[in-house]
Amino acid sequence: MHNSSRRGFMGKAFGAVAGVGAVGSLVAMKKSWDPLPSVKAAGFTTLDMTIYPEGELITEKWRGKPIFVLKKTAEMIASQTESQKARSVIVGGSEFMIAIGLCTHLGCIPSYSATEKSFLCACHGGMFNWAGEVTKVPPPRAFDIPPFKIEGNNMILGEVGPEFQAMKDSGITL
Amino acid sequence: MAHFTKATSVKDWLNQRLAVEKVEKVMASEYWIPKNINFLWAMGMVLAITFALLLVSGIFLLMYYQPHVDLAFDSVNYTIMREVDFGWLWRNIHGVAASVVFLVIYIHMFTGIYYGSYKKGREMIWISGMLLFVTFSAEAFSGYMLPWGQMSYWAGMVITNIFSLGGLHMDGLVEWIRGDYVPAQAFLSRFFMLHVLLLPLAIMGLIGLHFAALRIPHVNNQDGEEIDFDAESKKYLAGDKAGSKVMRFANDFMSKDMMVVGIFLIFFFYLVFYNYSFALDPVNFDPADMLKTPAHIYPEWYFLWSYEILRPFSVNIGLIAFGFAQVIFVLLPWLDRSPNAVPASRRGAFSVWFWLLLIDMIVLTAMGKLPPEGIFSTIGLVAALAFIVLWIALPFITMNEKKV
Ligand code: HEM
Ligand code: FES
Repeated sequence: MHNSSRRGFMGKAFGAVAGVGAVGSLVAMKKSWDPLPSVKAAGFTTLDMTIYPEGELITEKWRGKPIFVLKKTAEMIASQTESQKARSVIVGGSEFMIAIGLCTHLGCIPSYSATEKSFLCACHGGMFNWAGEVTKVPPPRAFDIPPFKIEGNNMILGEVGPEFQAMKDSGITL
Repeated sequence: MAHFTKATSVKDWLNQRLAVEKVEKVMASEYWIPKNINFLWAMGMVLAITFALLLVSGIFLLMYYQPHVDLAFDSVNYTIMREVDFGWLWRNIHGVAASVVFLVIYIHMFTGIYYGSYKKGREMIWISGMLLFVTFSAEAFSGYMLPWGQMSYWAGMVITNIFSLGGLHMDGLVEWIRGDYVPAQAFLSRFFMLHVLLLPLAIMGLIGLHFAALRIPHVNNQDGEEIDFDAESKKYLAGDKAGSKVMRFANDFMSKDMMVVGIFLIFFFYLVFYNYSFALDPVNFDPADMLKTPAHIYPEWYFLWSYEILRPFSVNIGLIAFGFAQVIFVLLPWLDRSPNAVPASRRGAFSVWFWLLLIDMIVLTAMGKLPPEGIFSTIGLVAALAFIVLWIALPFITMNEKKV
């Protein structure tokens, strides 16, 4: 009796030590898999917005992801719906469609057809119009817009400016 | 202290220390196998041999492979394929075995389903088998990342994105898995670790569990007969080898097993030498380009059926259907409500269910390979719905089955 309760205590004491150790190692293991600080710090890109030709899709790169930049033509601006207009980014008087060029389904890069003025994702057949809105599932939502800040004619990707914050608050992008 | 005597032979010396004779009996010469089984029961051994081939060829690839985003592609496509003497042999063996192992796993699984080898004490065999299937899938996927070609990169992108769980937007989890915003060096290094160490270790442990799970219930037989292994083995040991319903695992059953393995290996090396290209996707001979998705991406053939269950639906429903397809096979021993552990051919409605499921999975596989357009989209959708309906219907079909 005396002995067995002592064993019981030893078992519990070991359990407590092992438990603390197990939790501690899990934390360390989780943290070791996190993106490195150097990876996170390299996350900013500045674009000069005066160089883009109208109506042509240009692909930039930010955090290893493609960024679509499309300077809207007068015709696009005239014909756009309210929701398409709400997705516009205005820099130096010009209107742009800016988006992370990854399909919101599972992340393939959709290709742009200038004649159709739309994007087709070859992976699972999703489609988007020139403004970035979904026209055919499976993608669940319009292209995401990368965090940006406008400074004169430049745009800094990775920083959150008031224009981006407003888009985020109104649910236009994630 | 235990009592040791002067050994009379090497065997006796080992016996005193390791009980080798007893171990040999338990594992081989007195591990009893029914006589009424066919070549389909050799698939387990074929799998074990294929795993050994993967291990050996993998060790040789490992000596020249460079897990770095700038070097990986050339280390495989140039160094191993052209510079290393017989490097191509190891790569072809590894690639062909990775593909063929899934074909054999599917045959092995469907054999188990057909003969009801997942119930009446064989549940742990089934569960450990499904765990093997899952770890093999992870092993195949992580290995596919290593050449760092276009298909590696984009498959890595799409599959890791599944972990954002659609509408839950768990992008943080995806970035954690990758160690970066997109698949890059951190991603390649950790998938390399998984492929060459952690997952093979897990597989070896699971193979051990799978074999241990077989030892007590023994393997099933093609007539669904309930054999009294104690009585039958006594009969055998008493000298009535012909009258007994069982035989020794070694050497009796092994000799049959190895016959099938021999035929398999001839077919396997025919593929390795003359027809290996099916296992190496041409798109993966372009180096990874993070700014260009290949025109048409699809997984390796063995993942196509579950990919096709994901594809026709909107993202959240697709993910739910995909999750369902991944786990549902594990639950088979409980979804099948019938007490009969006999071949499907004697189980009425279940037999129809079995063949429909097999055909449905073949259709899903074919549609998964085709572009998601027009009639193919529709067939894919119907087949995906049929898969779900079949599994939901299973308990109802088997509930009313008559005892045979
Ligand atoms: C590399 C992977 C695997 C290896 C090495 C392996 C090996 C084996 C071996 C040697 C046997 C005994 C002989 C036989 O009946 O074929 C066996 C039986 C069995 N395996 Fe596997 N197996 C693997 C994967 C799987 C998978 C994925 C499943 C499916 C869930 C599975 C389910 C079963 C079942 C149900 C049996 C019992 C068959 C019976 O009693 O008739 N195994 N396995
Ligand atoms: S990734 Fe674009 S449709 Fe699936």
